[in-house]
Parts: sequence; structure tokens; C-alpha cells
Amino acid sequence: MLKIMIIGATSVIAQETARFFATEGAEFFLVGIPADKLVVIKDDLVARGAKRAEVYEADLTDFDKHPQIIESAVQAMGSIDAVLIAHGTLGNQKAAEASVEVALKEINLNLLSNISLLTLLGNYFEKQRRGCIAVISSVAGDRGRGSNYVYGTAKAGTTTFMQGLRNRLAKSGVAVVTIKPGLVDTPMTADIKKNFLFSDPATVGKAIYLGMKKGKDTVYAPWFWRYIMAIIIHIPEFIFKKMSL
Amino acid sequence: MTTPLNRLKQYKSWGRYPTVEHKAIHQIHWRSDLPDVNKFEETVLPYGYGRSYGDSCLNEGGILLDTSYMQQFIAFDAEQGLVRCEAGVSLEQVLEVIVPCGWFLPVTPGTKFVSIGGAIANDVHGKNHHRAGTFGCHVTQFELVRSDGTYICSPTENAELFRATIGGLGLTGIITWAEFKLKRIPSPLIDQEKIRFANLDEFFAISAEMDQRFEYLMSWSDCLSGGDSMGRGIFMAGNFYDPPLGAEPSAKKLKPFVPFDLPSIALNTLSVKAFNAVLYRIPLGKRVRSIVHYEPFYYPLDAINNWYRLYGKRGFLQYQLVVPLEGDNEPIREVYRRIAQSGEGSFLVVLKAFGDIASPGMLSFPMPGVTLALDFAFNGEKTLKLLDELDTIVREARGRVYPAKDARMSPENFRAYYPQWEAFAHYIDPKFSSSFWRRVTESANGQ
Ligand SMILES: Cc1cc2nc3c(=O)[nH]c(=O)nc-3n(C[C@H](O)[C@H](O)[C@H](O)COP(=O)(O)OP(=O)(O)OC[C@H]3O[C@@H](n4cnc5c(N)ncnc54)[C@H](O)[C@@H]3O)c2cc1C
Repeated sequence: MLKIMIIGATSVIAQETARFFATEGAEFFLVGIPADKLVVIKDDLVARGAKRAEVYEADLTDFDKHPQIIESAVQAMGSIDAVLIAHGTLGNQKAAEASVEVALKEINLNLLSNISLLTLLGNYFEKQRRGCIAVISSVAGDRGRGSNYVYGTAKAGTTTFMQGLRNRLAKSGVAVVTIKPGLVDTPMTADIKKNFLFSDPATVGKAIYLGMKKGKDTVYAPWFWRYIMAIIIHIPEFIFKKMSL
Repeated sequence: MTTPLNRLKQYKSWGRYPTVEHKAIHQIHWRSDLPDVNKFEETVLPYGYGRSYGDSCLNEGGILLDTSYMQQFIAFDAEQGLVRCEAGVSLEQVLEVIVPCGWFLPVTPGTKFVSIGGAIANDVHGKNHHRAGTFGCHVTQFELVRSDGTYICSPTENAELFRATIGGLGLTGIITWAEFKLKRIPSPLIDQEKIRFANLDEFFAISAEMDQRFEYLMSWSDCLSGGDSMGRGIFMAGNFYDPPLGAEPSAKKLKPFVPFDLPSIALNTLSVKAFNAVLYRIPLGKRVRSIVHYEPFYYPLDAINNWYRLYGKRGFLQYQLVVPLEGDNEPIREVYRRIAQSGEGSFLVVLKAFGDIASPGMLSFPMPGVTLALDFAFNGEKTLKLLDELDTIVREARGRVYPAKDARMSPENFRAYYPQWEAFAHYIDPKFSSSFWRRVTESANGQ
């Protein structure tokens, strides 16, 4: 059975993805904060069929602790077959515009922590010569927009880093899966008014689960975002810059 | 893995009548992060999947606490058949987890898109009421968060709150999680028998016999034909199928087959012709047996998402009554006559005999007798007047009408149906209220 490490396991999208793996009897190593919520998720996954789940409380902006997280996962499960990195915050664009500190804090959590984890995990999987690394990036990284470009920058950086890592690890038979969810109805977007473009986390979770199983390169979740983004990317900049998006 | 919610949630009830405005909606994502209801000026009401038809899941001008996001399982004991999960877990999700392990819901309503919290708060019933009672009969414990504290409720602990909350219409507090017993099944298949009956007399005769042989029973009946064929219809009975050794069809291979004829009939939007076509496919008196997956057997309407839309913008009214089985069942006949006369035409009704297993719920709807469920497109005064007339029949027969499907019963009738309402009201959390409750207790409070 699959042994899966989930980083940022309290994310609703990560939970939904994990539930699909749980029905197959997967084993989990759940990393994130806070511990009591991780335990809630662990119980849920076990009730839904997971063979086992371990929880590991960690502040992911504490980069020095990253090696320890991975070592603990390997120790607990014997090895790691797949990892899903799902932590992140949507941040407050307006606050990030007003303060360098806030902007850099966003980049720290949403980009630098990924780079740190992916560097360590890349080496682990390269040596193992099999497995799957999946990261939740975002369609927001496909083009910078006035309403959330700090978040978008972090996601674009993550996407590019993943692209390079994929190229490097292809030789070792390791799948590197970039997931780009569109608008999802989760606590992260609780304050945004919902429209027809919003998706259910379960739908997104299923797309991620299938993408990871098949070792896809890029997963738009749901699929129609691939086409929406294809259009958005191709709008000429001289028009795009005047649009309010 | 979670039940897709209506993501453009409108926070209406399933009948789309009435529609009301709420002051605010609070989504609850973690059972450990409940809002402190004392800080709200307005009253609050939990809201599950909005599968109640009338106004019992609405709180006009107040606050709805959306519990449908709380979808964590807490424990599943596959040996003993016991599930503990958060209140927003849907019956659909429970089935996904338990059926592969050889278990089924102890009781299920006609849709799997209801939350465990909603199933308890309306103390829902299903086709096996005569054998298993209501959902509340199988609940072993739950956690109730009230404005004055958190209570674990079970038949032995906070027993009064336990009884008040089962069928308590969401008024006694927020159920955060619940634990309930499951039923063992030999396969996910149903051994089904259909029988056509020519009129109500035949229905009662068949019902008495089938009660003994089958766990699951219900009928479709035509309430427009009069005279000798008044109440004619089709009886559907079933037991879980125990496949002979070596011939076990795996649940995975046998894909649920969803028939499209049943739901459309159920909607009363099809012509009499279509109904007759099905009716006469089965010869009178003959029993037609088949093995079917549990999906089409229990949940024919779930195949059509958002079927309420077929009724258009004005919405529709559901009406479910129960009256005691007595003598020649004149009240039921009178109901059929009234409907036929009115021309309002709920043309097909669901007909079923309830058994005598008592629920722990104080305000539960089911009682021993015959139950009828009907739906009417909302045609203003005319429809309301007909339902008032039906109320009078039910009241005189010492029966009841189901609050989960009501948007219009009068306070007087409510109090006649549920004389225990005052005892129940004692357990209502003062911070909780609903449009339904204000409506049915309105003049009572003023007295
Ligand atoms: C197609 C269809 C078929 C149906 N068939 C049947 C049937 O056969 N038998 C039957 O009995 N009913 C039936 N119903 C009615 C339905 O089962 C009930 O209305 C059920 O309670 C709806 O659950 P919900 O989660 O949608 O709750 P909602 O409708 O959202 O709320 C129902 C009540 O539960 C309360 N509530 C919800 N969550 C909580 C919580 N966490 N804590 C406390 N209170 C809570 C609400 O305040 C409200 O009073 C049917 C409905 C439909 C649409």
C-alpha cells in the first residue's frame, strides 16, 4: 500500500485528496499545525480505510527543521512513496503592497518553504529512484494580476521550480506533479463571494488523486481551468494591463 | 469523498417555498472552532444540506450555522457496526465507507444527500419503519453544543436533552458529532418484489401481509382515480439479497442502475399515461421479482440533481401526514377524495404503513398508522386552502403532519398534532430559533 507524506495536512484540499487514498488503505504521515486538528484528520482517514496515520506538528517556516520532518517520515513509514505539499496562505494583497515585511512573509511561506522542502525531497526521491512529488501551486501563478500578484509570484516560482525538478528527476523515474487549482470553496476563500467558477474541494481532491496516481506533469483542477488560463495567458499585455482582474 | 454541496448555496429549503433572507451565514469547518453564539444579537439555527422542504431549516432575519462543512469521521468499528462522525457527514459518505465492509444505514430517508445532524434533528424515517423505527432509535450518543455549554447526550446521559434533540428541529443546540449503530447486510443488493394493487382495500390487505415478509416497504399510489380504483398503485417491497455461496456479485462489478422512469413519475410532471404504462406493465395480482442495487431502490430521485427546479420559480409544497390505522380507514379515503376534487392534483403519492416502534424523540413525527406523502406545485391560495382542508381531516383522525416537509400548517393544528410541544419547548436553547418554530408557536406565545 502507498505510503504518503502530506505537508500542510490541515488544508481542506489535502484532506479531500487523502480521503481517496485512504479508501485504498494507504499509510499517512501528516505534517502541519495544529496538532489537535491533525489528530482529527488522522481519525477521519483511519475510519475511511487508511491502514495507519501518524501526525507530526511542525511550523513549516522553520526551515532548519525540514530535514528532521523528512527523516521522521522515513523512520515512521520505512519509506515515502508519495508526498503532497499543500500548505500555504492566500495572504492579503493590499497589506503586502503596503508593507515589505508582509510581502516577504508571504513569499517565505508560499515559495521559500517549498524550495527548501523540495530540495530535500528531490534528493530523497532521486536516490530512491521512484515515487511522486506533488505540490499545490495555483492558476494564480500563470499570470500576474493586480489583485493577488504577491501570492501569484510565490506560485509562479513554485511552478518553475517544479518544472526544473521534473526535468532533473525524469531520469530517475520520479513523477513531479504541479497542481493548479482554480477557485475552490475552502476556508481560505471564505471571505470571497462565490460564483459559478468555484469548485467543490472534493472535485479538486479527486483530480489531484488521479493526477498523482497517473504521475501527470501538470494538473488543472478542475480541468476547465487549463482552458481558462490558456485564454488569460494569451491576452496581449497592452490590453491585460488595463483590465481589472 | 465528500458530498458535493450546492456551492452557490442559496440557503433555501428544498421546496423553494418560502424563501427568506438571513442576516448572516456562518460556515463551521472544525468542530473545535464553533462560533460563540452568545456574541450574536440574532438567533441562530443549524443548517445541513437544506433537504427539508418547508421553513424548518430557515431562520428569517437570523443567522444560519452551516454545519455541512464538518465532514470528518471520528471512528468506524467495522466489527461491531458502529460509526461516529461529525454532523455534516452525509448519508452518502457513510454508505461509501460502510457498504464495502458489509454494513448499511439502520434507517435511510429517500435521499442520501442529508447530513447526520439533519437526520437526527428531523428524526427521519425510511421504508423499514415497521421493523427499525426512526433514525433516532439507532443513535447511541452525540455531542450537543448549546449557548450554556457542551453536553454529551445519550439514552443514559443528559437523557432529556437526548430525547429533545432527536426530532428537535435544530432548536436545542448544535449537534457536532454523533454515534449510531449500523445494520449488517449480506450484499449491497435488494431482492425486490413489485405488486400492483387495484385500490386502497387491496393496499391494506397486501400491506398487512408484506409487513411480515419484508423489511423495506413502500408504494406509489394514484390519488386522482376515484370509485373502485381509488388509491390504485404499485407496492414495492424488498429485503437485502443474500446471494447463494459462490455466486456473490461484488459490489464493484454491479454498477448501480438508475431507472429514469420512477423519478419522473414521482415528480407528478408526467402525464397519467406514463404512470399507467408502468402500472400496467405489471399485471394485477402478479408479483414481479428482481434483484436490484440499493441505489435505485432507496434513492431514485437522487439521480436527478436539483429536481425541485422542475417545479419552477414558485416552488412547491410537500405534505406528509400520518393517521392511525383504524376501521375502514375513512380518513385516508377522505384525503384521496379531497385531492381528486380539488383538481390541484398531486397525482402520485407515497403510501406506507408505519410500525409501532417508538422513537426516543419527543417531537418525532412517525406514529403507528398509515402515512401519505404528496407534493403540490405552489398555486397560491388554492393550494394552501386544500392543505388546510387536509389538516382538518388529519387532526380529526388524531394524526400528524411532518414539520420537515411543512411550510404552512397553522399554530392550532401544530399544537393539536404535537400536544407535547410545550414540554419540548423547555429544552430549546434560548439563542436558537427557526422560521418554522416562530410560525407554529406565534399565537401560542401571545396567549
Ligand atoms: C428527495 C427527498 C426525499 C426525502 N425522503 C424522506 C423520507 O423518506 N423520510 C424522511 O423522514 N425524510 C425525508 N426527506 C426529508 C429529509 O430527510 C429531512 O428533511 C432531513 O432532515 C434533511 O437533512 P439536511 O441535512 O438537509 O438538513 P436541513 O434540511 O438543512 O435541516 C433540517 C433540520 O435539521 C437541523 N440541523 C441540521 N444540522 C444540524 C446539526 N448539526 N445540529 C442540530 N440541528 C441540525 C436544522 O436546523 C433543521 O431543523 C426527504 C427529502 C428529500 C429532498
